[in-house]
Amino acid sequence: MKNLDVVIIGAGIVGCACARELSLAGLRVGVVEGKSPGCGATAAGMGHLVVMDDSPAQLALTHYSRSVWSELMAELPGSVEYEACGTIWVAADEEEMAEVHNKSRICAAAGVQASVLGPAELSKAEPHLRGGLAGGLLVPDDGVVYPPAAADFFLQEAVQAGAELLQGSEAVFASQGMVRLANGTKLTAGRILLAAGADCSLLPGLPIRRRKGHLLITDRYPGFVNHQLVELGYLKSAHSTESDSVAFNVQPRRTGQLLIGSSRQFDNDDSRAETKIVGQMLERALAYMPGLGQLSGLRLWTGFRAATPDKLPLIGPAGALTGEVADPSLWLVAGFEGLGITNAPGAARLLADQMLSRTSVIDPQPFLPNRFAAQEAVYA
Amino acid sequence: MSHYEVIVVGAGPAGIAAATAAARSGSRVLLLDENPAPGGQIWRVGRSMLKGQSEGEAAKNHALKRLRDSGASFLFGYSVYDAPAAGELRAICESGEAADCPVWGEPHAVSLRYEKLILATGARERFLPFPGWTLPGVFGPGGLQALVKGGFDVKGKRIVVAGSGPLLLAVAAHLRGYGAEVVCVAEQAPLAQMLPFAISLWSHPAKILQGIQYRAALGSAPFHLGCWPVAALADIAGGKLTGVQLTDGRRTWTEDCDLVACGYHLVPNTELASLLGCAIEHGLVKVDEEQRTSVAHVYCAGEPTGIGGLDAALVQGEIAGLASAGKPTRSLQGRRVAERKFARRLEAAFRIRPELRSLAQPDTLVCRCEDVTYAALEKRSGWTDAKLQTRCGMGPCQGRICSAALETLFGWKQISVRPPLMPVPVSALVYSESQPVNLKENQ
Ligand SMILES: Cc1cc2nc3c(=O)[nH]c(=O)nc-3n(C[C@H](O)[C@H](O)[C@H](O)COP(=O)(O)OP(=O)(O)OC[C@H]3O[C@@H](n4cnc5c(N)ncnc54)[C@H](O)[C@@H]3O)c2cc1C
Ligand SMILES: Cc1cc2nc3c(=O)[nH]c(=O)nc-3n(C[C@H](O)[C@H](O)[C@H](O)COP(=O)(O)OP(=O)(O)OC[C@H]3O[C@@H](n4cnc5c(N)ncnc54)[C@H](O)[C@@H]3O)c2cc1C
Repeated sequence: MKNLDVVIIGAGIVGCACARELSLAGLRVGVVEGKSPGCGATAAGMGHLVVMDDSPAQLALTHYSRSVWSELMAELPGSVEYEACGTIWVAADEEEMAEVHNKSRICAAAGVQASVLGPAELSKAEPHLRGGLAGGLLVPDDGVVYPPAAADFFLQEAVQAGAELLQGSEAVFASQGMVRLANGTKLTAGRILLAAGADCSLLPGLPIRRRKGHLLITDRYPGFVNHQLVELGYLKSAHSTESDSVAFNVQPRRTGQLLIGSSRQFDNDDSRAETKIVGQMLERALAYMPGLGQLSGLRLWTGFRAATPDKLPLIGPAGALTGEVADPSLWLVAGFEGLGITNAPGAARLLADQMLSRTSVIDPQPFLPNRFAAQEAVYA
Repeated sequence: MSHYEVIVVGAGPAGIAAATAAARSGSRVLLLDENPAPGGQIWRVGRSMLKGQSEGEAAKNHALKRLRDSGASFLFGYSVYDAPAAGELRAICESGEAADCPVWGEPHAVSLRYEKLILATGARERFLPFPGWTLPGVFGPGGLQALVKGGFDVKGKRIVVAGSGPLLLAVAAHLRGYGAEVVCVAEQAPLAQMLPFAISLWSHPAKILQGIQYRAALGSAPFHLGCWPVAALADIAGGKLTGVQLTDGRRTWTEDCDLVACGYHLVPNTELASLLGCAIEHGLVKVDEEQRTSVAHVYCAGEPTGIGGLDAALVQGEIAGLASAGKPTRSLQGRRVAERKFARRLEAAFRIRPELRSLAQPDTLVCRCEDVTYAALEKRSGWTDAKLQTRCGMGPCQGRICSAALETLFGWKQISVRPPLMPVPVSALVYSESQPVNLKENQ
C-alpha cells in the first residue's frame, strides 16, 4: 500500500472527524476500522451537542466544537438529522435554581447564550414535565444529531478528499510508524492516530476506563418533548461519582422518537442491559415526566464511554504514555467520555492544528496526553 | 413474584404437550401465551370448515382436555418481553384485558420465576419483498387465515395464494371452506425439488392423507409448482389491489384477484432463546435429544428447533416436559428422530429459489417500519451498517419481519436481540424490585 501521512485506527465519530479534517488539509490518510464505521460508542450515544461547564477547559472545548458543528450545519445531509432543539437544564427545587443562576452567569461570561426559565415558562416550554418544578435554564443553541450518520458524513467527505478506508480487519499492532492488521496487511505512515474509543488493547497503559451507559428508545411521539431535557443534578451526580448513578435525560429526535437516559457505571464490562439500573434510570425519568410511562419503549441498549481521570479527552502526541521507549509516531484522540459526539469536530481541528503546526482557536494544553505522563505508573 | 417449577412459553402444540407432560409428572407448571387461549397457530380458536379436518379437530380437543386435566396453571394474553435475570421472566398484557389483569384496560406486567424453562415459541411467516407486497390486500397466508378465524369475511373474494411451504395448501383449503374463491395456489419450489419430499412422505402416511385432503378441498383451483409472484398490481389511484403478476420463469401472466396471500415458509421464533443466551446454529435453537438448550435448565421444543410441523412439535414438547421433570423419554426417541428427518426434508423441499432475491426494485420497501427501500440497503456492507445508516430493523417490529428477508436477499444474519422483545410501555421496564441507589450524589 502506498505511503501514508497518517493511519487512523478507529472509524468512530472521532476518527472520522479527524480523517475529514486531515484529508481536507491535504494529508494522505488511511482509516482502519475493525468492524463497521460508527458501530462503537458512536452507535450507542445520544447525539446531544451540548455546552458543558464542568471545568473551564471542558467549557472551552464543548463551546468551540459546538460552533464547528453549526459551521457545518449547511453541509450536513438530512440523514444526520441535525436539530437545533436547545437544551433545558431542569431545576427541581430552589437549591437547583441557585445552580441555574450560577450556570447562567458562567454562560454569559463565556459568550454562550442562555436564559433562565421560571416555573410557568418551563411548563409552557415542556408541558409534559410534572408540575412543581422550580424552573430551568434554556441553552437555545445546543442541538441534536444522529451520530452514526454524522460519522458516515465525515468519513465520506474524507474519502472524497482522498482518504482510504480499510474495513473489516482490526489493527493488532501499532508502533514506530507501522500498523499491522489481523489479516496480515501492513501499513506504514509518519503518524499513527489512535481513535479506538474505549478500546485500549493497542496501548493498555492509557488512563482510560470504560463507563457503561444505558438508553431506551421509544416509538414516535412528535411534539411530546421539544428540547433536550436534562436534570440539573446530572452535572454534579453523573460526572463526579465513582459509583453507579442515573439521571433524567430525554431527547426528542427528528423522527418523533424519544431517547431516554441516562446511567453511568464504572467497572462493568457486561454489554447486556441490566434490569436494576434500567429500572432506576426509568424511575428517575418518570419522576420528572410521568407521561413517559405510557409511551411504547422499543429497544434498550448499552454503550461504553471512555472516561479519563480529569474528564477531559486526550488530544495530541501520545508522548511518554507510549511506554519506556518513547514512540514519536503515536498520537491520541480518545477519552471523550459522554461528550465525544459534541467534541468530535472541535477535537479534530485541535488535532490537525498540532499535526500541521497551526495555531488553535482554543488553548490545546489541557487536552495534551502528556499531562498524565507523571501518573502513568498508576494506570499501567 | 410468582414461582413455578416449570414455565412453558408458548401454548401451541409443542407448549401444550410440554406443559401436559410436565404437570402430569408432578411439576408445578405455568403455561403462558400471548394469545387469549391455547392452540398456537394451527389450533387457533375458530371454526374449522373442513370436513376432512374433523380428525385434526379431535386431536386438538383431546390435547386441550389432557392439558386442562393435567393440573398446569395458565397465563393467557401475556407476552414474555424480557428475561432480566437467570430464573426470571417478565410478561405483559398490554391491553389489560386478560383474565389475570387487576385493572381492566390497564397494561399489566408481571415477574415470574422458574426452575426449568421450556421455550415453545413457534414460528412466523417469511416475507420476501416484491413490488406491491406492501399494498393493502396483500397478506401472509397464515396471517390471513388467522384474520379469517377471527371473523374477517372472505366470502366471494378472489384470492391468489402464493409463496412456499405446506402452509399454502392448508390455507387455501381453509379459505375456500370460508367461501372464498381461490384463484390458484403458486408454490415457488419446482417439482424436481419437491419430488424427493413427496416420496419421503410414504413413511408418514398421515401427512400424505392430510395433503390429499387439502388438495381435494381446493376443488378445481390450479396448483402451480415452480411459480411465483413478481408484482402485486393496484388500480390507478394506487389504493386497491387488482391482481398479481405470476411467473414460472418462462412466461409471466396476470391473475385478477381481490386479495393475495403470500409467504415463504416459516422462520423460527428464536428471539427469546437468543436473549437467554441459548446457542443458535443455522438460525435454529440448538438442542440435545432431550430438548435441552446450551443454557442450563432451559429447554426448547417445536418450530424454534427446526420447522417440522405439528407432529414434531407434539413429540418434542412431550420430551421436553418429561425431561424437565426428570422422567425418562426413551419411548419417544424413535418418533423424535423420524420427525427430525422429516423436518430436514421439508427444508430441502421448500428451499428458496435464487430468482426470488431479485424481485425487489430499487424503490421496493424492505423494512416497513422505517420505510427503508431496497436501493438504500443494497449499498450497505452488512446488518450493522444497514441498521446504523438506514435504521432498517430498528422500528417497532425490531427486524422480526425484515430480518428474514435480509438474510435471503443479502445473506446478512441478524445480530443482537435486545430487550424488550416487543414494544412495551416504558413503565413496564421499571421493575418494582429496583431500589433507588445514589440518584444524586450531591444530596
Ligand atoms: C449511553 C451513551 C450516551 C452518550 N450520549 C452522548 C451525547 O449525548 N453527546 C455526546 O457528545 N456524547 C455522548 N456519548 C459519548 C459518545 O458516544 C462517545 O464519546 C463517542 O461516540 C466516542 O467516539 P469515538 O470515535 O472516540 O469512539 P467509538 O465510537 O467507540 O469508535 C471507536 C472505533 O474504533 C474501532 N476500533 C477499536 N479498536 C480498533 C482496532 N484495534 N482496530 C481497528 N478498529 C478499532 C471500533 O470498532 C470503533 O468503531 C454517549 C455515550 C454513551 C455510551
Ligand atoms: C401464521 C401461521 C399459520 C399456520 N397455519 C397452519 C395450518 O393451518 N396448518 C398447519 O398444518 N400448520 C400451520 N402452521 C404451522 C404450525 O404452526 C406448526 O406446524 C406447528 O403446529 C407449530 O407448533 P409450535 O407449538 O411449535 O408453535 P406455534 O403453534 O406457533 O405456537 C407458539 C406459540 O407461542 C406463542 N409465543 C411466541 N413467543 C411468545 C412470547 N414471547 N410470549 C408469549 N407467547 C409467545 C405464540 O403466540 C404461539 O401461540 C402455521 C404456522 C404459522 C406461523
